[in-house]
Amino acid sequence: MRELPGFDPADLKAKVAEDHGLHPMDVYLKPGRIPHIWCAGCGLGVVLSCFAQGLKRAGLEPRECAVVSGIGCTGRTAGYLNMDTYHTTHGRAIPFATGLKLSKPDMSVHVISGDGDLFAIGGNHMIHAARRNIDLKVLCVNNFNYGMTGGQVAPTTPIDARTTTSPYGNREHPFNLPHMAHAAGAVYVARWTSFHARQLVVAISETLQKKGFTFIEVIAPCPTGYGRPNKLGSGLDEMKFYRENSVVRHGADPSEVDIGLKGRIAVGKFIDVDKPTFQDQYRAMVGTLGGKGKK
Amino acid sequence: MADSAVLTGEHFLIGDVACAEGALAAGCRFFAGYPITPATEVAERMARRMPRVGGVYIQMEDEMGSMAAILGASWGGLKSMTSTSGPGFSLMTENIGLGMMTETPCVIVNVMRGGPSTGLPTLVGQADVMQARWGSHGDYGSISISPSSPQEMFDLTFTAFNLAETYRLPVVVLTDEIVGHMSEKVIIPKALDIKLAKRPKPPASLAREDYVPFMAVDGLVPPMATAGEGYNVHVTGLTHDEWGYPVMKDTAQERLVRRLVDKIRLNVSDIIMTEENGLDGQLDAVVVAYGCTARSAREAVERARQKGLAVGFLRLVTVWPFPEEKVRELAARTGVFIVPEINYGQIALEVERCSGGRAETVFMGLMGGTMHTPEEILAVIEEFSSRRNP
Repeated sequence: MRELPGFDPADLKAKVAEDHGLHPMDVYLKPGRIPHIWCAGCGLGVVLSCFAQGLKRAGLEPRECAVVSGIGCTGRTAGYLNMDTYHTTHGRAIPFATGLKLSKPDMSVHVISGDGDLFAIGGNHMIHAARRNIDLKVLCVNNFNYGMTGGQVAPTTPIDARTTTSPYGNREHPFNLPHMAHAAGAVYVARWTSFHARQLVVAISETLQKKGFTFIEVIAPCPTGYGRPNKLGSGLDEMKFYRENSVVRHGADPSEVDIGLKGRIAVGKFIDVDKPTFQDQYRAMVGTLGGKGKK
Repeated sequence: MADSAVLTGEHFLIGDVACAEGALAAGCRFFAGYPITPATEVAERMARRMPRVGGVYIQMEDEMGSMAAILGASWGGLKSMTSTSGPGFSLMTENIGLGMMTETPCVIVNVMRGGPSTGLPTLVGQADVMQARWGSHGDYGSISISPSSPQEMFDLTFTAFNLAETYRLPVVVLTDEIVGHMSEKVIIPKALDIKLAKRPKPPASLAREDYVPFMAVDGLVPPMATAGEGYNVHVTGLTHDEWGYPVMKDTAQERLVRRLVDKIRLNVSDIIMTEENGLDGQLDAVVVAYGCTARSAREAVERARQKGLAVGFLRLVTVWPFPEEKVRELAARTGVFIVPEINYGQIALEVERCSGGRAETVFMGLMGGTMHTPEEILAVIEEFSSRRNP
């Protein structure tokens, strides 16, 4: 075999000394990880920023938080955050986060992943974690396609939308994500777009105050994979589209917030209820046994 | 009063229950699983016991979720386990790979039944041996332990946790339906007599910013910081450098994967466990067996030796890593290796590879649903002994 190449930990330290700490939000970003890998015009940079600001607004220190991601463009978010971060396998962020939360009940455990990861390959985990009301904060970035692999059809792709694997227009009915999250039992369900940065920060900090399975869908542009074949223009054009076509409908029935290819987008906080979490129930059960179980 | 996690004393238990007790005695406090015959009794025991010893039991929606959950719990600092059988093990292999890549200590119990596919849910098989070694894609070193009795289901599940913590990887307890479902006496020692291995941790004296999460400072196993300790570690299934950051370069792959293989390969002398009988001097035959099959093989060799035949017994307690050196050495002084196993030849391939043509390998296969009798194995021993001593 070839001679084993060396590793110099000083390399990263030198880069960090140069670049890190200049920005006031750098405390939330892992040293030496910026610039990120996302395309120009992508909505994920906004989501990353909103997430950090949401933590700041809620007064959470990085060491109190963990972020778990699956695979895909959104899955890369975990790697930029300066906290304990876990970039897992495709679709399995939620069950991994379930194990992490139940073993570290005092930590705020977040799942940040994409629509394909959470609702196609990971759909079963998503609905069951919501059903159990595991205390996880799920942020699902929906860009209507598989971006990392170059723009394939997803379970969220609207009817008629073109992708590399729906070249003649998508013929499958898409999921309405807030409706699914609500039906499965989420205690908080909201939708915003990457244009609604301020509302998103508020929503993220709200979920941090809530116990139980919370779900925020963020509609975000993917000019490279989804925007181009559907002639939606640049990332900036899509932001303009969100501004002009989003309708704030707090308390709307989640079954009525479907999204079409170029139709209106209902945004707002749809669901905010309280019910015992998995851990509340487990603790109560242990109490009846007289055991010392503390989780 | 909380129940004791270590049920010191003499018990009459089925293998699956003894396995759960071994895990609890080893400090396992997180179990995630999914019902599947013939491993369900492990989960059922955990569901009763975990809430009473301060641990967490959760029944997941499938085995992919179970495996992911025990990885998450391990990063949360708890010793964690899942149990399953063939179809569930197939579903777990994806995240076993994540556990290998992220060096996450945990234990997976595979109570083997007949396969492929749904196969024989209620009857024995031993055909997941190669899957336990190679089931997830990519290269990695791995450990699989094969108990032969309910007592060993306790003892070796316990050992599996110690190995998982020491070498930071998912360890497979590769047992079978017969061992899982048989009842025998199980002696559980006093808690004080139990020696627990702990995963390597970053030294307290080291500043948080000087901790390089995937750099093995001493040996080949890096110290592991778990969630909430303030180290802000990034853990990824992507090829990563010592910082844990993704690096898409051949050099990072070379460094990482070679270490994942070498941390087991270069420690085989500390990991491999065998049971041996009569392996001295010149031999006509050596019977190599594991799991339930070892019970018949042990009996057959004993009877053959009473008849004065030059026969030895090599039982694989660790199926993986395979005792290559041992088999190479024995190949020079035995006529044949006889390998009974309940599959179409898996460990027989390893024996043949390591014997390198110096000794013949005689494979005795069964496709599953039943086990070899001592008489069947004895007959083969006698046949090859008489061929060498006409």
